Amino acid sequence: MATLKELSKRDELLSGGHRLCAGCGIPPIVRLVLRSANGPVVATTATGCLEVGTSIYPYTAWRIPWIHSAFENAAATISGVESAYKAFKKRGKIPEGKDIKFVAFGGDGGTYDIGLQALSGALERGHNFLYVCYDNGAYMNTGIQRSSATPYGANTTTSPAGEVIPGKQEWRKDLTRIVIAHNVPYAAQASPSNWADLSKKAEKALNTKGPTFLNVMSACPLGWYTKPEESIKLSKLSVDTCYWPLYEVEDGILKITYRPKEKKPLEEWLKPQGRFKHLFKPENRHILDKFQARVDIEWQRLLDLDGKRV
Amino acid sequence: MAITMTKGQTGLTGNAAIAVAMKQINPDVCAAYPITPSTTVIEDFSSYVADGKVTTELITVESEHSAMSACIGASAAGARVMTATSAQGLALMWEMLYIASGMRLPIILTNVNRALSAPINIHCDHSDSMGARDSGWIQIYSETVQEGYDNLIQAVRIAEDERVLLPAMVCLDGFITSHAIENIALLEDEDVKKFVGEYRAQNSLLDTDKPSTYGAMTLPDVYINFKHQQSQAIARAKEVVIEVGKEFGKKFGRTYALFDAYRLEDAEAAIVILNSAAGTTKVAVDELRKQGKLVGALRPRLFRPFPFKEIADALSHVKAIAVLDRADSMSGFGGPVFNEVRSALYDADKRPKVMSRIYGLGGRDYKVKDALGVFNELQKVLETGKVETLQKYITI
Repeated sequence: MATLKELSKRDELLSGGHRLCAGCGIPPIVRLVLRSANGPVVATTATGCLEVGTSIYPYTAWRIPWIHSAFENAAATISGVESAYKAFKKRGKIPEGKDIKFVAFGGDGGTYDIGLQALSGALERGHNFLYVCYDNGAYMNTGIQRSSATPYGANTTTSPAGEVIPGKQEWRKDLTRIVIAHNVPYAAQASPSNWADLSKKAEKALNTKGPTFLNVMSACPLGWYTKPEESIKLSKLSVDTCYWPLYEVEDGILKITYRPKEKKPLEEWLKPQGRFKHLFKPENRHILDKFQARVDIEWQRLLDLDGKRV
Repeated sequence: MAITMTKGQTGLTGNAAIAVAMKQINPDVCAAYPITPSTTVIEDFSSYVADGKVTTELITVESEHSAMSACIGASAAGARVMTATSAQGLALMWEMLYIASGMRLPIILTNVNRALSAPINIHCDHSDSMGARDSGWIQIYSETVQEGYDNLIQAVRIAEDERVLLPAMVCLDGFITSHAIENIALLEDEDVKKFVGEYRAQNSLLDTDKPSTYGAMTLPDVYINFKHQQSQAIARAKEVVIEVGKEFGKKFGRTYALFDAYRLEDAEAAIVILNSAAGTTKVAVDELRKQGKLVGALRPRLFRPFPFKEIADALSHVKAIAVLDRADSMSGFGGPVFNEVRSALYDADKRPKVMSRIYGLGGRDYKVKDALGVFNELQKVLETGKVETLQKYITI
């Protein structure tokens, strides 16, 4: 696996000057994944912050071939690109020894929700590609509407903390488990705060034949109501509180790749975020307790599965 | 699969003929999802893939939306790409149809015409392709199995022409043409290969040394300019359709034009109608001609872009015209072909009387007697100089 020194010497494939927000979690994820490819790579992006922020004509931040076609179809689009590559290889139109990697990026909206069918189809068909979901927990590009990845209790513009209903009432969908159920050769959860872990997983995924998947925690100062400079710290807290456990499933075996020395109380991650502010009112204490209990159960479930075939 | 074989002719269903054309074209990528009545196109083609008759990468996607998305990805990667669908499938692709044309990707789609739900119906009408008429795709309609086969081969050249670079849709009637067996003349594999040539994309996503960005965000400062270029490109497609149709005729003996005019030169009354029903209409024309009536028919082959000038020129001497649509635009003002034809005739020196008749929706039969009934109505228009009923449904 590449060292930090090695990674730092590789080309920057997503140039600066793009229009993503200060403190956005997406660019460090994309840059690290592309650096980990260490060779020719073609990417697609679902409609969303990443697409809007990097491609305003006549500028492009992408120093690699890149396509955006629609919101719900990043996995289907990359299926087509990868199939064209296979056809050209078969017909001798790709130089001998040239190996191109294919990566699809999508937010939680484009992946957990509207793009789930296309993702499932592409995983089942076994295309050779990596899908990276940057999960910031809401439809941030359109103004912070809830998604099925939005944390329980969060205040969004379509699950507002109101007089009667205190934010989102549903638990988040566990997309990583859904992907694992497709029996893909490699799937993992990662966070840019644990960059070496993320880079290692990206490298592993990109060097695995077949469909692979990374679900990556992505801070959003705009939608989380947090300070831009705290994004990586908050990503770290999502991991250390075990809200966002780092693990991988390789050839069916689950492995926790990072165990916090001391599992922090969930409130340490929730408290600095404006989207959870209402949960700290005394009358909402029970929501925090319920949230913590659920995180504990999920973490224990992973601990029980560690090292086992899932 | 060939059902009968006479000298130089092969008995094939419309779908089988389309699949044979696809086999001969041997596209790089085919992404498709089965839907009645186009299913057997992809079934036959899957056999060609399984038997190694083609080297195409077949993507058996999980929906038509993904079919067109994968076609877009593959086409942007520089591949020659084909697919087939019908009705709900085309409707599910709708979002992606606009993206394919907006990105100027010469994808080829066979649309086996079928009615749109609701109520659900698997039989022929043109509501599906008419729903996509403003999507920026070239639309070529086919009367017969032979024409469907010939049109698909020509569509590749038209779509990929550098003056055009737009996706093209070849339409044929569900069940009527798709499942009817017709003796047709197939071209030699080598001739098809030579005719379509090799596709060389201007920008390929697989050219990693020269990275291109597809599908960038555009703001009000440039969006309209992209659309303006696209509009000019589809207008240019008309001359390319003519050129390719002539070249096809020169090489293979079957010449194609923008439309098919039948006994129209001296006609006083005419029916304008798409696809297979034109054949039925021609039988009615022949019957009436025997009685000395000056009647004719016009079957548009190219519907997008609409050859408004050429069709107006061909019809301007006719006094009474009925435009028969196998789709309703639900505008309260007739069918889509009616609206185009009537609008095209607005600048004629002497405007013919033009009326709209909607027929055959959801596979309802359109018979010679129905065509005769319309001509009968046109006769009254000739006599009185007045259109009594501008628009109505027939065959009900």
